Amino acid sequence: MDDWRESQEILVMDGRIKVPYTWSAGEVGTSYLEALRDEKRFLGTRCPNCDIVYHVPRMHCPDCFTECERYVELAGQGELVTWTVARRHYPPLSPLGGRFGYGVIKLDGADTGFLHLLAEFEEGELVTGGRVEAVFADEREGSMLDVKYFRPVKGVE
Amino acid sequence: MEPVAIVGVGMTEVKRERAADTVADLVFEACTKALADSGMGIDDIDIVLTGSNDFFDGRTISSMAVMDACGSYDKNVSTVEGDGTFGAAHAVMRVLAGWGTCLYCVHHKGSESVMPLITNAMFDPLYERFLGIEAVTASALQARAYMDRYGVTEQQCAAVSVKNHGNARLNPVAQMPLEITVDDVMASPYLADPIKLLDCGPISDGASAVVIASADRAKDVSGRPVWVKGIGYSCDAFHLGDRDLSKVDALQAAAKKAYGDAGITDPSGQVDLAEVNDAFSYMELMSLEGLGFCERGGAGALTESGATALGGKLPVNASGGCISSNPVLVTGLNSIIECVLQVRGDAGDHQVEGVGTAVAQGVNGPCGQSQCVWVLGGDA
Ligand SMILES: [Zn+2]
Repeated sequence: MDDWRESQEILVMDGRIKVPYTWSAGEVGTSYLEALRDEKRFLGTRCPNCDIVYHVPRMHCPDCFTECERYVELAGQGELVTWTVARRHYPPLSPLGGRFGYGVIKLDGADTGFLHLLAEFEEGELVTGGRVEAVFADEREGSMLDVKYFRPVKGVE
Repeated sequence: MEPVAIVGVGMTEVKRERAADTVADLVFEACTKALADSGMGIDDIDIVLTGSNDFFDGRTISSMAVMDACGSYDKNVSTVEGDGTFGAAHAVMRVLAGWGTCLYCVHHKGSESVMPLITNAMFDPLYERFLGIEAVTASALQARAYMDRYGVTEQQCAAVSVKNHGNARLNPVAQMPLEITVDDVMASPYLADPIKLLDCGPISDGASAVVIASADRAKDVSGRPVWVKGIGYSCDAFHLGDRDLSKVDALQAAAKKAYGDAGITDPSGQVDLAEVNDAFSYMELMSLEGLGFCERGGAGALTESGATALGGKLPVNASGGCISSNPVLVTGLNSIIECVLQVRGDAGDHQVEGVGTAVAQGVNGPCGQSQCVWVLGGDA
């Protein structure tokens, strides 16, 4: 049988899926994002059973299924648990240009890490266990990007 | 567990882009190959399961859309989201339930969409997604955590890439057979430190299928049945910050369960071959530790020693692994199929001598959140 690809051009359809969604932030998410937006404060929740402070906050402890205490106030600084520098930028995805990365950051007072952007660092400046601090956006609207990114704390080892 | 066997396997050739084939074409090819391998016809099949991912396929309930290509009319059907190891486990459960013989097929066409946009969408829409994180940057966070904790080097990760791309040269269905060195991997560009281009599996198109039968039915098939000796799965936290990313607790738990079923107490001594997730090179190292083939942090040195090479004590990813052929979700089923071929002695140029017991591993979710382990063997 002849290979049809040799005599015909393969037709390929273009498409795009674009569906609007809304996601409820729920009780702890609403309080958390409001505190970021209005007061530049980070809130966590604490499991009374495990004595673990969750950040980002959780209604219920995923470990023991106990309702968490709301809220524990956390610092705007913390430890870089792990990190990467994003060398490939995907324009529709990346909220930052220039040199930036991602980190799992454990804020002072929290027992769990969370994901955020890293910027304002020199090549080789990011280290596991290093100190980082939040840089807030001037215009804040109640989203995680109310913190523009985290950057290394200068002059601290 | 009651004896259940894989009695037929079928794989399409994996390529960067199979532009001339629709998803259904790939599924049909894999299913007909698996049926032919088992010596059965579609009328001998009672159960049809499919696996796919809606975002990859660009349609909802995508696994139902390929049911025609699996010959599913009038049969007991279901769909299993996620990696092929998990779907195949559901196939085993249906066979164990006494519902008959099962044809299970998984497909993936990575070429038809934009991988980072899709993997970005697996992250939490409130807290994580619009940071732009996707599979490569997330895996880089895990690689850094693991390497910093145990002092594993980028060269040790690179050695995985060298070994597996080399094995792919012996596998006719593999996508990226390469003769490369550790220096080549080290010189490839960083995508997200410490992950470089040659540490990553490619974008791939392909489909695979298996036929799974009870012991009663397996004795009538034409080929040599390969027996399911044990299956285990386990899940870790979804949010990356809730986990110790340097460890693979979920894999350890899954392996413990599968090994318990199979009577394996000394994995290094009792397992002859392993097909593990190496979508990123560091993952093979973490997987070897989670599967108990060495202590935590020891897999880099184990790899450099040559123990996991084709001629080594425990060949790992003799097929070339996902780093050489990466149809996402299909990869776990391909690990199972490679184990089947090896146990049967049908692996061709990459056949390992005397494989009595083989282990396959599959993962689901960001940074190996969920883990599935299979033990396969030649005797019921
Ligand atoms: Zn708790």
